[in-house]
Parts: sequence; structure tokens; C-alpha cells
Amino acid sequence: MLEKIKNSKGLMLVLVPHLVWIGVLFVLPHIKLFGLSFVDRRSGEVTLGNYMKFFESELYRDVFMHTALFAILVTLITLAIAFPTAFIITKILGKKMKAALLLGIVLPYWISELIRVFAWMVLLRETGVVSYMLQAIGVTSQNIEFLYQNGTIVIGLVYTSILFMIIPIMNSLDSLDNSLIEASYDLGGNFWSTMKEIIIPHAAPGIMVGSVMVFMLNLGNYVTVTLLGGKNSLWFTENIYNQFIVRFNHNQGAAFGVILLTFSVLVVWISLKVTGQDMAEAM
Amino acid sequence: MFIVKNKFKSLSYWFYYSYVVLVLIFTAGPLLVTFILAFNNSPAASFPWQGFTLDWFSSSTPEREGLFNDPRMMMAIGTSLKVATAVTIISILLGINNAFLFVREKFVGKEFLYMLMLGPLVVPGVVLGTSILSFTHSIANSLDMAFGAGAGTFLRPGFWLVVLGQVSFVATTTTLVITARLRKFDQSLEEAAMDLGSTRARAILSITLRFLTPAIVGAAIVAFLFSFENFNTTYFLSGPADSTTVPIILYSRLRFGLSPQINAVSVLLMVSTGILGLIAFLFQKGDDAA
Repeated sequence: MLEKIKNSKGLMLVLVPHLVWIGVLFVLPHIKLFGLSFVDRRSGEVTLGNYMKFFESELYRDVFMHTALFAILVTLITLAIAFPTAFIITKILGKKMKAALLLGIVLPYWISELIRVFAWMVLLRETGVVSYMLQAIGVTSQNIEFLYQNGTIVIGLVYTSILFMIIPIMNSLDSLDNSLIEASYDLGGNFWSTMKEIIIPHAAPGIMVGSVMVFMLNLGNYVTVTLLGGKNSLWFTENIYNQFIVRFNHNQGAAFGVILLTFSVLVVWISLKVTGQDMAEAM
Repeated sequence: MFIVKNKFKSLSYWFYYSYVVLVLIFTAGPLLVTFILAFNNSPAASFPWQGFTLDWFSSSTPEREGLFNDPRMMMAIGTSLKVATAVTIISILLGINNAFLFVREKFVGKEFLYMLMLGPLVVPGVVLGTSILSFTHSIANSLDMAFGAGAGTFLRPGFWLVVLGQVSFVATTTTLVITARLRKFDQSLEEAAMDLGSTRARAILSITLRFLTPAIVGAAIVAFLFSFENFNTTYFLSGPADSTTVPIILYSRLRFGLSPQINAVSVLLMVSTGILGLIAFLFQKGDDAA
């Protein structure tokens, strides 16, 4: 009995700080946000009005659809570039090369997203480096503006999130025994059938984690889309920022936040179901 | 490994090789250009190259305001350092605490708490920032009402709110890193120390924490960098000048045109981040070997 009380004292000692942290800084704020979204800003009454505003406004819906489709598109493009990269680094190049390459890909991601976006602005703006190069080699004779276009936003988003796709896929490929690849070849398989039957199924958890992370990062992005896309970026997070910072309408902003969160959870849940992956296992 | 390598080598080794080099140019190239242009003797952050200069770091003329002579930028750097230090200390303490909770204790709902703890890392930074702002805003209002105006000021946008907001997700990261290391610890070492007459607290301090040191240093560097570069959550929670961090001031400046001074800021951040990142990388390597 005494032992039990002593033990529970030890448990409390570490449990309480944990609960204070996750409760005060995560759970309660989200309950508050959820509650706010159902309250009318002026009258203080319970209402669905903040949500109705979203579903009734064509502009908000369009921006949301645009954001969702681009977030999915960018995730797919990132996967298409990252999978071969991860495969080549883990399975084809030697160990020494692997460390050097990884450093070259990982280090840029330790630097602030603002700096990384700035680097692309230096390259792509009207008087930028790319425009200068094109003139120097005689492709064009005037300045070309590459910023403020959808294509630029896509490049920027792939750039800011590609590492989060490469690393999980590398981790899952690392655990693939090379003799399985050998066996597949010995049994008459070729490059594509080995890829399809052995390598991709084994990498599936990594692909899933990477895709989920990249999708969430894209959906929640603000800096890259507003700086590279300018006023025409049409990204949904801008609406949340505007409601909170410019209009000081917490209730409307909260509703937008809940919509964004619900949508992202839904997409992640559906893609896990469709591909038969277990997120907890994959992490 | 060797045979696999050969098999693909026969296909087209050079194709694979150049593919990775292209990816490397994509990830590191833009930063390299930005780095070089910080030293270009030209009023625009672009080519052509017009000679080497350190003006964008140290000049104090009105046309060329060097980074070190720009009081607002220097103040933002100081603020970021202060915020990151506070966030790192709190997150490391929480991380150690949480690691002992998840590795050593048994209780109902442990799995659930572990999943819940991943939440701050998964929820978009915008949503995290707005929810913390709404919550602290209403608490601060209640405090003002109950104890008179000003009682809730510490929960208004400003230094401490930025620190709290960043701790929400940085502590998740430190917890994951330290938990992974603590799982590898052989608890019988602690028991042996206690058998030899040491108290439990002393055994934990001198044996367990020493074992955790590489993970704690690694987690601290990651926490510091996470804090230093955060924008999405910080933007909502920063108020007056005492909480304008580097990403916040950079964002407002990038909206109104580019000065080579920002290239200089980039160089400063790249060099210091690179050094910290390398230290973290080496510590991780040591961690794996142990």
C-alpha cells in the first residue's frame, strides 16, 4: 500500500507538468477555437453564421478549392521528385556519398523559410538572376517577371517541403533488405516489376508519412505563397490571417481555422483508409 | 549492397548520379546565389558582379545601410536569441519530464496521451497560433476584469506569449528525441547505483542524465533552430517591439522590395545555422555509435 502511494507520487510528479503543457497550450486553446467559431461576434449568441458565411460566399469557397487542389498537386509533384532521390541515395550510391548528399539536402532546411523564399525572390523577380541570365545568353532582350504566378508558387512549395518527403522514404527504404531485390532479379523480375512488387510496397509507410507531412505543410503555408504569389496567391490561410490580424474578427477566423483543420484531418484519414496504412505504425 | 549497386550500374549509373546532383542544385543552389550576392558591390540584389564589398554588413551611409548598423534588425536578432533561449530551456525540461513519463511510468491512457502529444506538431501553425491567441485573449480579459486593468497583460501578444506559443510544438520535438534515447537506457545501471548506496535522485542525476546528454544537446539545438525560424505561430502572438523576431521583420521587409542587406542577414543566418546544424549532426552520429 505504502509502495503504491509512493509510486503514484512519482507518477504525479511527471504527469502534472505534461498535462499542464498539453492542456494549456494545445487542448484548451483548440476547444476555445472550436467554441468561438459557433458564436456570433456582435450578439454573442450561438450561431452557425460563421460557417454559413463560408458556404454562401463563392469567393471563400473558390479560394478553399484552389488551396486544396494545389496542396494535393504539390504533394504529388514532391513525391515524384523525392522518391527517386531517396531510392538513389539509399540503394545505389555508396555510404560516403550518402552522408555528403544528405548534408547538402538537409542543411538548407535548417535555415528559416523566410530566407529560402527570399532566395527564390532574388532568382525570379523581374530584375532577378534568372532574368539577367536569360538576357546574358540572348534568349530575351527584356526583363521577365517570374514572380506572382501559380507556377512559381508550386516551385516554392515543392522547395519548402521536399525534405519532409525524402527523409521518411529514405528511412523506410533503409530497412529493405537488399537480398530481397536480388531475389526478385534472380526469379526473373526486371527493374519495373521489382519496383512495383518489392520496393514500393516496402516503402509505402514512408511514402504515406511523407505525403501527409508535405500535404499539411502546404495546406498551412503562408509565407511562401504570399511572398511568391503576391496578392493573387488565393491561399486559404490568408483568410484566417486577415480575420485575426486585420479585421480582428476572432469568431469568423476561428470558423475558417476549424474548416481548414477538419479538411486536413479528413484528407489524411481518407488517404490512410484507401491505402490501408496505419499512421501510428508508420510514425 | 555491392551487387545491387552493380545491377543498377549496368542500367545507367550516370543517369542516377546526375539526377541526385540536379536535386542538390535545386535545394542548395538558390541559397548559394543569395550568399554570393551579399558581397556584390551593387545596390540591387542581382548580377552582374561588380566587385567585392562588405558594405551590406558594415556600411552606415543612408543609401547602403549595413546589417550591423541597422538598429531594428539588430534588435530583432537580439529578440530572436532571447526567445529561442527561453523556448529551448523550457522545452528541454518538459522533454526530459515527458520522456520519463512515457518510458518509466505505467498508467491508463498512456497511448492516448502519446498520440495527443504529437498534435502540436501536426496541426498547421496558423491554427495553433490562432487558437492560442484566442484562448489567452479571453483569459487575459477575465484577469483584467477580476483584478483590474493590466492584470492579464503578460498573456497579451508579446515576448512571453511568443515563448509559450513556440513551446507548444517545440516541446513535442524535444520529447520525441529524448524519449528515443531513454528507451535505450539499461535501467539496471540505475539500480546498481542505488544498491551501492546512492539515492534515486542522485542515481538519475549522475547516471541517467549523463547517458541522455547527447540527446539533450541534440534536442536543444533543434529546439533553438525551430524557435529561431518560426513564423506561422509567432506572427499571431508577437506584439510590440519586444517580440519582433527575425522572421517577422524579414516578412514585413520582403513585402516592400529587396535590399542586399537581406542577403547579408541570410549569410549570417546560414553560417550560424550551418555551424549549429553540424554540431547537432555530429552529436547524433555519436549517439548512434553509443
